[in-house]
Amino acid sequence: MKPERTEGHYVAPLEETALEATDTLRVEEAPLSLWADAWRKLRRRPLFIVSSIMILALIFIALFPGVFTQVPPNNECLLANSEAGPREGHPFGFTFQGCDLFSRVIHGTQASLSVGILAVLCVLVIGVTFGALAGYYGGWLDAVLARLGDIFFALPLILGALVITQLPFFRENKSVWTVVVVIAMLAWPQMARITRGAVIEVRNADFVTAARSLGVSRFGALMRHVLPNALAPVIVLATLELGVFIVTEATLSFLGIGVPESVMSWGHDIAAAQVSIRTNPMILIYPSIALSLCVLSFIMLGDALRDALDPKSRER
Amino acid sequence: MAENLGWAGGPRRRAAGSGAGQRIGAPLVKGEPVLEVRGLSVDFGVEKEWIPAAIGLDYEVRAGEVLAIVGESGSGKSASSMALLGLLPSNSRVSGSVRLAGQELLGRDQSRVRQARGKDVAVIFQEPMTALNPVYTIGNQIVETVRLHNEVSPDEAKERALRMLELVELPDPGKAFRSYPHQLSGGQRQRAMIAQSLSCDPKLLIADEPTTALDVTVQAEILDLMRHLKDKLNSAVILITHDMGVVADLADRIAVMRRGVIVETGTAEQVFAAPRHEYTQALLAAVPHLGQGSEADADVDITAALASVTGVELEAVDADELAARERENESALAAIKAAQGRQGTPVLELRDVAIEYPRQGRVPAFRAVEGASLTVYPGQVVGLVGESGSGKTTIGRAAVGLLDVAEGSLKLVGTEISGLRRNSRELHALRRSVGMVFQDPSSSLNPRLPIGESIGEPMHLAGVAKGAALQQRVETLLDQVELPRSYRNRYPHELSGGQKQRVGIARALALEPKLMVADEPTSALDVSVQAKVLELFQGLQRELGFACLFVTHDLAVVDVLADHICVMQHGRIVEQGLRDAILRNPQEPYTQRLLAAVPLPDPQKQRERRELRELLAASGIE
Repeated sequence: MKPERTEGHYVAPLEETALEATDTLRVEEAPLSLWADAWRKLRRRPLFIVSSIMILALIFIALFPGVFTQVPPNNECLLANSEAGPREGHPFGFTFQGCDLFSRVIHGTQASLSVGILAVLCVLVIGVTFGALAGYYGGWLDAVLARLGDIFFALPLILGALVITQLPFFRENKSVWTVVVVIAMLAWPQMARITRGAVIEVRNADFVTAARSLGVSRFGALMRHVLPNALAPVIVLATLELGVFIVTEATLSFLGIGVPESVMSWGHDIAAAQVSIRTNPMILIYPSIALSLCVLSFIMLGDALRDALDPKSRER
Repeated sequence: MAENLGWAGGPRRRAAGSGAGQRIGAPLVKGEPVLEVRGLSVDFGVEKEWIPAAIGLDYEVRAGEVLAIVGESGSGKSASSMALLGLLPSNSRVSGSVRLAGQELLGRDQSRVRQARGKDVAVIFQEPMTALNPVYTIGNQIVETVRLHNEVSPDEAKERALRMLELVELPDPGKAFRSYPHQLSGGQRQRAMIAQSLSCDPKLLIADEPTTALDVTVQAEILDLMRHLKDKLNSAVILITHDMGVVADLADRIAVMRRGVIVETGTAEQVFAAPRHEYTQALLAAVPHLGQGSEADADVDITAALASVTGVELEAVDADELAARERENESALAAIKAAQGRQGTPVLELRDVAIEYPRQGRVPAFRAVEGASLTVYPGQVVGLVGESGSGKTTIGRAAVGLLDVAEGSLKLVGTEISGLRRNSRELHALRRSVGMVFQDPSSSLNPRLPIGESIGEPMHLAGVAKGAALQQRVETLLDQVELPRSYRNRYPHELSGGQKQRVGIARALALEPKLMVADEPTSALDVSVQAKVLELFQGLQRELGFACLFVTHDLAVVDVLADHICVMQHGRIVEQGLRDAILRNPQEPYTQRLLAAVPLPDPQKQRERRELRELLAASGIE
């Protein structure tokens, strides 16, 4: 039989489906938008599940610290308890100043998360707006916005923050918001660059031209057709930056230019623990672990989102 | 001296070890099987499941023979051939037996396969721009290949590289040797790529869609070259393609693949003259033949027409017979001319139009179209044909108001638009009388919007319909393009290419345009899908009576649809006229060359056509 297949005029049996079948679609399944598709992919990823559980837990702690500890973090600090070890009701022990460390770590979550989330929101608003306008309209607007971004991009984050927080206005109104504003001011150019690149990529797609040729206004096409298709990398970057901003907040607080002393922050705790690093290193380690876990969970989420949203991995 | 490799900037690599000089098996004898494939299966692991790409393939290729593996996208033709070389991604698995000159290739360790690759088996890829490394000169890359597989001195390798470049008929081999890939034209790059592939005298040459990325006239040249080389070198050739014309031109034997299975194999004559499998028959029927037109029109014998116009004599056909065929042509043309006569206000009228792409930074303005005049009357289908860079798409975009007119007058439905600003209100309103269908169905639909919204958006914006009325209109449009209404809530990525293109047509029809501009709407589709989309398009055009500017590089497609054909070259319209006038009586040498270059999906007719083309080329028409 074999030679016949290769030598002569071989014809396969005609049992298969007709030609029409090549151009049909399975209708049984529910319609699947790209977001829904990404969600379906995400749901099955352990990285996503672990990180989102951690983040939900952190948010819960930040909103309701009272559920976890009844001890107020700042009052009832007794110097007698200075650097005392763990005991009943005080699982992490006490700081150098004799405050309850567990309570401080729990209450510190709020500052870190709120600074991170607020800063990311600000960066998103500024960066996406500027980036989208620059990428979509191009020309002089692009040139101006790009140079403006370069100026801020050239400032090292910590140095820039040091300088800005010494401005009289910021010195007098020190609060969580000043930290947010400083971070947003210095970090938006990266978001703008990513958005600009994504927008330029989508801007030239045929469906945008198609929409324009069918009477969609220029700005309308940007909002309806370009931006939704350029958001994936922006969302990924936002999640990753959230982690970075939390670290930045802790760094600034560590240096004494972050949130005011009255606000609990892991950065303050780490800074204060310096004196105890040789006698009782656990005082340093507990807030550090809290900070690391928080940042880790956002970076893991960012990675999972990147895998799910990356259009290149979607191509079959 | 021997250590100091004597060419500038070249990759400093010594010839591969002692095994490099050896070859598998004995020299080639014509008619001996070079490659025997038995039970070859390829699977890809996708999300923890094995998806078969090729199932139990059996075929063999003999020295000096061309086996064409034909199939549409997803048939597994490329995957199975790349499997021969172990060039598949890591998520694949291959089973079966592949014997090259009696030596088993599968299941061997990678180093043996790598040795065979390039030396005994060479590959020509579809896109020579990406297959050649842009940072090395052509010469460098060929020398590298030669020295990788043969222990020769740099000078010998260089000599050999130059000989190969000469062999592939590059006009100036010395210059090509020193050129970087981007300095050559597409056809020259493909020649260079072929030279590189052949530099080690491969026993087997795998050509994966070697001419798909090229223009027809260039394609014809490359096909000629491949035919000459095959006879000269006596290697076996596997030609992977979807183009039946290319197959008819080159293949000795044909294997038709569909969904990973070979459905029919036979000699070219057997398969073309008497296809027995249903799929082969359907595939051949779906290929548009240039000159065949739609059912209503009489067939045009292009070969006869060209022979008559250019006054060349063919050996392949009897002169009397050709004359008779040409007489038929003439009478048909006369009849059509008599019946001709278009009336009404032109939907689109270009008078000496020049279109420029504006200056961008330091890049000067580029004039893509110059002195173009053409008219589209209501209900008329005008085919705008040309090769890449001819400016055909530019005209299409300008007609929709997406590009400014630099000179001349462009009237859309009787209104002059060349003076209007690109974002003006008047132009905005005028755009509604024009619909546009794009080439790539995947990128012309917003992936984040359901189909229904994409179709409904222009109507919503124009305020034509709202709410329930809009939904109803969307459903009507889906009916018209023969898609189920339930597709309204689907997203583009769930649909096949042909279905997406139908959605694109529905969207273009949404505002009931007077003019439809279709920019290569079927060139990204498989032949059988293309046939159906063209059929649909034709039906809609007849039913709704819109005028159409159909931009394409494919003469056969224009032939099916158009009443009127414009041929463009280098930004100018070189010839235009009725379909029959162009096909039966082409006056311009460029049109003649273009027509002669289109391969016919029929080995016998293609032989005539080929001879004609060679004669045309010989008669010095450039």
